[in-house]
Amino acid sequence: MTSAILQAINGVSLAALLFLLASGFTLSFGLMRVVNMAHGAYYLIGGYVGLSIAEHTGSFALALAGGGAAVALGGFFIDRFLIRRTGENHLAQVLLTVGVAFVIGDVALQIWGGDNLMVPAPQQLKGAVVLPGGIYYPKYRFILIFLGVFVGIALWLLYKKTQIGAVVRAGVDDREQVNATGINVDRLFVMVSALASFLAGLAGVAGGAFLTLYPGAEWEILVYALVVVIVGGLGSLEGAMIGALIVGLLDAYGRWLLPEFSYFVLFGPIALLMIFRPRGLFGREH
Amino acid sequence: MSISAMPESLLSVRGIHTYYGDSYVLQGLSLEQPEGSIVAILGRNGMGKTTFIRSVAGLTPPRQGEIRFKGAQLSGRAPYAIAQAGIALVPQGRRIFRSLSVRENLLLPTSGLARPRRGRWNLEAVLEQFPQLAERMHHSGAALSGGEQQMLAVGRALMANPDLILMDEPSEGLAPKLVQQVGSIMQDVRAHGHAVLLVEQNFEVAMSVADYIYVVSAGRFVFEGTPAELERAPEVLDQHLGVARAHA
Repeated sequence: MTSAILQAINGVSLAALLFLLASGFTLSFGLMRVVNMAHGAYYLIGGYVGLSIAEHTGSFALALAGGGAAVALGGFFIDRFLIRRTGENHLAQVLLTVGVAFVIGDVALQIWGGDNLMVPAPQQLKGAVVLPGGIYYPKYRFILIFLGVFVGIALWLLYKKTQIGAVVRAGVDDREQVNATGINVDRLFVMVSALASFLAGLAGVAGGAFLTLYPGAEWEILVYALVVVIVGGLGSLEGAMIGALIVGLLDAYGRWLLPEFSYFVLFGPIALLMIFRPRGLFGREH
Repeated sequence: MSISAMPESLLSVRGIHTYYGDSYVLQGLSLEQPEGSIVAILGRNGMGKTTFIRSVAGLTPPRQGEIRFKGAQLSGRAPYAIAQAGIALVPQGRRIFRSLSVRENLLLPTSGLARPRRGRWNLEAVLEQFPQLAERMHHSGAALSGGEQQMLAVGRALMANPDLILMDEPSEGLAPKLVQQVGSIMQDVRAHGHAVLLVEQNFEVAMSVADYIYVVSAGRFVFEGTPAELERAPEVLDQHLGVARAHA
């Protein structure tokens, strides 16, 4: 029983992290149909930048903000000068952004080396929380859940309740008609994409404090984020929330109950979902 | 109605050639539209009507020729810039944003990103014009009937306070009573000083509202004149529109 609860919290905290990464990815895809496979690398480099900031300043909050901001800035230039040139060619986008991810990975290896590094979480976030029933659980993971819920609510309000959110939703529905309404969709995309990059960098710092950062981590986390986006449905914020929970919980329970088959526990049900509902839980026909 | 006689044209299209993919759709079309007028382009399906509208809106830019609006060159400008210059589009099939409520659909052109123009049309004025929409403000745009969607599409265009509204087949798929209503909406819009460039298959609608008519066939204009002149051109009606004489 205790283990079941622990795994549930493990799953939900992983879900919170995956949501940070997948929410931006799914919105920028929904708006511009851009497949950015460098998103995992954005996560990793954001984590490393945050790590250096935390080591120099001792501030975890600055690390989160700085990791996010650095990736938002870098992501802007990658969008503006590289991805923009691929137009609607998805194959070119995938090749280009995979290449970008390799370059980022190599640069990171040069600067931060090949060891497992952990972003230092502040003292007050360390330690354990005692849950009813005498269960001890790392405090940091709870904070991560709060961060995920907070970002989720903020994004949801921005997306559903503001005029700029309505413009983005309209762009996901029918980009051409938004253009014909006098709105420069490319400029809108730059804003959404910068937000997506920021969240990826933020996720890298948050994730780096418990999953550690190491060469190759970008691809592992990218696979999870892609699964979240595909399960939830491309372009759907609700889908990213539900998809992250499903993937996080399947992963946690899979590792616990069937450790030899943990990947199958994750990907088996998703393969089934793809057979019966290829556009994902909340996705639309494209 | 030669070009020199119409120096005050709001919209002036001169010799445009437009391709849709590989097919050569518009083969040198010219059109003049005065301010505050309704000009209709009639023609059968697949003759290039929608492509003409899309050329003006910048969605399918012409490869040759020029389009001037209020004297300024539109060719080569992005669709959003053309919209900001004062041209609104009521597209074929309405294209209501289904993830947006009726209210959000109407307010979209007033977003700061659209550089909204000030004018007589705001949410109140549009709802006064289309009272049915007021009852449905918080419904999804996708939940509306065809007629309501058409009102919403026109209302959304008016919210931009345009000088010219492009309407692509507004009567398509509507019941006869609603088709009449669409006609009177266009007349109202003209009465408020907006010009309408209308593309139609529905002969009756175009004849009843338009000040001037162009007939398009296989990417070329085969007739231009007033509705009364079109009435007296049986070969155009018969060959290019398939309208029986007795019907007109």
